[in-house]
Amino acid sequence: MIPRPRPERFRLRRTMMFMNAQKPGLIKDAYIYGADSIMLDLEDAVAENQKDAARFSLYHALRSIDYGDTEVIVRINGLDTPHWREDVRVCVAGGADGIRIAKCESADDVHTIERAVEETEREFGVEQGRTLLMAALESPKGVLNAYEICSASERMFGVAISGGDFRKCMQTTPQRDGVDMLFARGQMLLAARAAGIQCFDTVFTNLDDQEGFEAEVLQNKAMGFDGKSLINPRQIRFVHQVFAPTEKEVMQAEKILLAYREQSAAGVGVFTVDGKMIDIAFIPGAERTLRLARACGMYEGDLI
Amino acid sequence: MKNAVGREIPDALLTGGREVYQGKNHMDGRYIQKAAPKTRRCEKPQESKVVESIAQALRQCKAANGMTFSFHHHLRDGDYVVNMVMQTAIEQLGLEELTIAATSLGSAHDPIADYIEAGKVVGIQTSGIRGRMGEVVSAGKLKTPAVIRSHGGRPRAIEGGEVHIDIAFIAAPTSDCMGNCRGIGGKSNCGSLGYAMTDARYADHVVVITDCLVDFPNMPASVEAIDVDAVVVVDSIGNPQKIASAAARISQNPRDLMMAEDVAKVIASTPYFKDGFSFQTGVGGPSLAANLFLEQYMDDRGIRMGWAIGGICGPMVELLKKGKVGKVIDVQDFDLDGVNSIHQTPGHFEMSASQYANPANKGAFVNKLDFVVLAALEIDTSFNVNVLTGSDGVLRGAPGGHPDAAAGSKCCIIVTPLIRGRMATVCEHVVTVTTPGDCVDVLVTDYGIAVNPLRPDLIQCLDAAGIPHVGIETLKEKAYALVGTPDDLEWEEQVVAVLEARDGTILDVVRKIRPFTLG
Amino acid sequence: MEILKPAIAGTMESSDAQVTIEPGTAGIELTLTSSVMNQYGRQIRSTILETLERLGVASARVTVVDKGALDCTLKARVECAVFRSCGQSAANIPWGGAVR
Repeated sequence: MIPRPRPERFRLRRTMMFMNAQKPGLIKDAYIYGADSIMLDLEDAVAENQKDAARFSLYHALRSIDYGDTEVIVRINGLDTPHWREDVRVCVAGGADGIRIAKCESADDVHTIERAVEETEREFGVEQGRTLLMAALESPKGVLNAYEICSASERMFGVAISGGDFRKCMQTTPQRDGVDMLFARGQMLLAARAAGIQCFDTVFTNLDDQEGFEAEVLQNKAMGFDGKSLINPRQIRFVHQVFAPTEKEVMQAEKILLAYREQSAAGVGVFTVDGKMIDIAFIPGAERTLRLARACGMYEGDLI
Repeated sequence: MKNAVGREIPDALLTGGREVYQGKNHMDGRYIQKAAPKTRRCEKPQESKVVESIAQALRQCKAANGMTFSFHHHLRDGDYVVNMVMQTAIEQLGLEELTIAATSLGSAHDPIADYIEAGKVVGIQTSGIRGRMGEVVSAGKLKTPAVIRSHGGRPRAIEGGEVHIDIAFIAAPTSDCMGNCRGIGGKSNCGSLGYAMTDARYADHVVVITDCLVDFPNMPASVEAIDVDAVVVVDSIGNPQKIASAAARISQNPRDLMMAEDVAKVIASTPYFKDGFSFQTGVGGPSLAANLFLEQYMDDRGIRMGWAIGGICGPMVELLKKGKVGKVIDVQDFDLDGVNSIHQTPGHFEMSASQYANPANKGAFVNKLDFVVLAALEIDTSFNVNVLTGSDGVLRGAPGGHPDAAAGSKCCIIVTPLIRGRMATVCEHVVTVTTPGDCVDVLVTDYGIAVNPLRPDLIQCLDAAGIPHVGIETLKEKAYALVGTPDDLEWEEQVVAVLEARDGTILDVVRKIRPFTLG
Repeated sequence: MEILKPAIAGTMESSDAQVTIEPGTAGIELTLTSSVMNQYGRQIRSTILETLERLGVASARVTVVDKGALDCTLKARVECAVFRSCGQSAANIPWGGAVR
């Protein structure tokens, strides 16, 4: 068995790549492409009569494959199915870093999963609170309840929108300018930021439309998303490029953190860097920039 | 006797001055006596060499028991000619004890396995062997060990008289009534006829088999009428769909693309990557995809490729048409883009197998090659490559031009996934050494890059470019961690195939496999 | 566990294995074909037998068609077939217990 470190609630998650948990050839080394997180799917990718088989595969993959630094999240079946409880058990027993709650519509939904996770952590002697949660909003109701969902649990690290189902509910289809989901994305981002968790955009499914994909990623970045769900490793590189900080941003962040160390050691709370007023509110942003920079190979220092 | 790649070669094979492999370029500077064929004079004016049937051509060429028939593999998996000729020779003429000397054999030739089992075909000389034929030879059913040679080794052996061809059969997409052949202009086009050229020059008799007789003279001819005894017109020489696929598309497989990008990165980090560089690539997924990324690096540096060689397909033709490569010299075509371009696109030339890769001539193209990108079934921690036997010990591959291009090039890059299913591509010992490790410089896998310690200069290049690399041992350990350490294969004593190095020394032998069964 | 009815798990895709299990009377009767038989036949056999033993399967006819599956996949397919044959594959799997 490969021991995995305790998952980090807030870590870099620019790219979350979906993988069918039932396909041995895919999941054995999904990490080699360099996605920040991989999303092993027990839900839509797995046929109804293979849910049991997928769990056995998933369990042994989780226990025997060294995923290294890549985060391993599992998308479980919805609360309206007979499958989700056993899905939770296999995730916790196998030591997945997190669970993605499909079709989440309310804080109650989060609580239901949270209770099941707690029970299961007890059942398998897993450290309480280890297993993280994220919610997928797939319906208008889910989007309207985004804030209560985002703030429902200490285990919640993020929220994502699932475009396919959502667009169907809204009687729309993907639009070039993203207007079809503009409000939903905005609402979800607001809720995530208000609750202090991360926010991820939906997959872009047309692999032949690289231009459309790139436009959407650029818009994601401009809107303030933390990352994006992906269906193919080919999509990883562009997202990482877009989400990379500029050199100027990296230098600025380094200066801020250096100055902060010195000034706080001297008991000073507000100071200036390059003529700009800086206080503790700037620190998380600067740290995030350096973490990103490190992941992009742009920073090798020890400030984070 | 143990050879330079550590393989035990049975003394019984070391007769008549035969040596074991002693390292790269061991034969350099030696003289060879070229063998000349014994051919029939055709002094009288003649109207046509077209005969009615293959049987008649065989009779005219005095086909007899114990003869060696040669074939080329330009029709690839679509070929009908090998089976057609052998069926006629064995079933119509009742010939026996025949040897097939082909430039390569594939799954199109499964029926020949029956003739091997029946003892009618007793010898096989080829670059590649697959399908049922590979299975029956591996099972020890061929009377004499098969001889496996590279594309360069074969013309060397023919020119040096080690292989004597009694009758060469030239499958020709077009021919005129005198036997001037081309690979284009007919209904079963294959483009280059490069592998057929040496056979036609050195065989005692040459029979052209075509399904498209054209007006005399069919020029410029790849195989010339001066060497041809007879022409047979048949309904079809092959299945066009299997001869040349529609355009060979660059792989969209993310694993292939990731490796291809690393290959291009490695190439661009070396001093050989400069204006006018030369390049060869295989047509496997990641090898071919390297073209795509290489083009980006060429654009970025503002340089052009001087020339490219090898098996040619669409992506290379595209580069030629865009002016990004100066000349393409073509020994074989893999897709319709290649077929339709040879002799048509300015700068797209045909060459013979000897010109391509023969280590015993004075100007093989591979010897001026900067880069070659090749695949592998297995590669071991000494960088020895196997492209012939599966890791189950069964013959199912082809050295082709692999050992020639690897030996000739300044930088040979092997690109392969670390594991295939449960097979470790990077392993402790390859089943069969087909390309010696001293010819291989860099290994690119989906789990990392390794550089042959024999090339400290390339290690420096990668370091300077910030390209991470690891020892090949590390890759092997990773592979075994994933698939488990394989059990050693078990062999019988019987040698079923002898693998010649390109210089004619013995590089390895393949023995009869003893399959594992549940007791 | 007692094998009650025939059950199948897995596919014939590359890197997978298809396991068929049927009630038997004479201990474990294993039929194995594998694309990597010569190098991994022994290891595959012991993985299958160990997995069956862990699940307490004493008697069964087991047919495995292996297409180069890794050990973790072989175990998963054998376990799934056994639990299916007992009608117990949908819930309350002893993860980390008999299944490990």
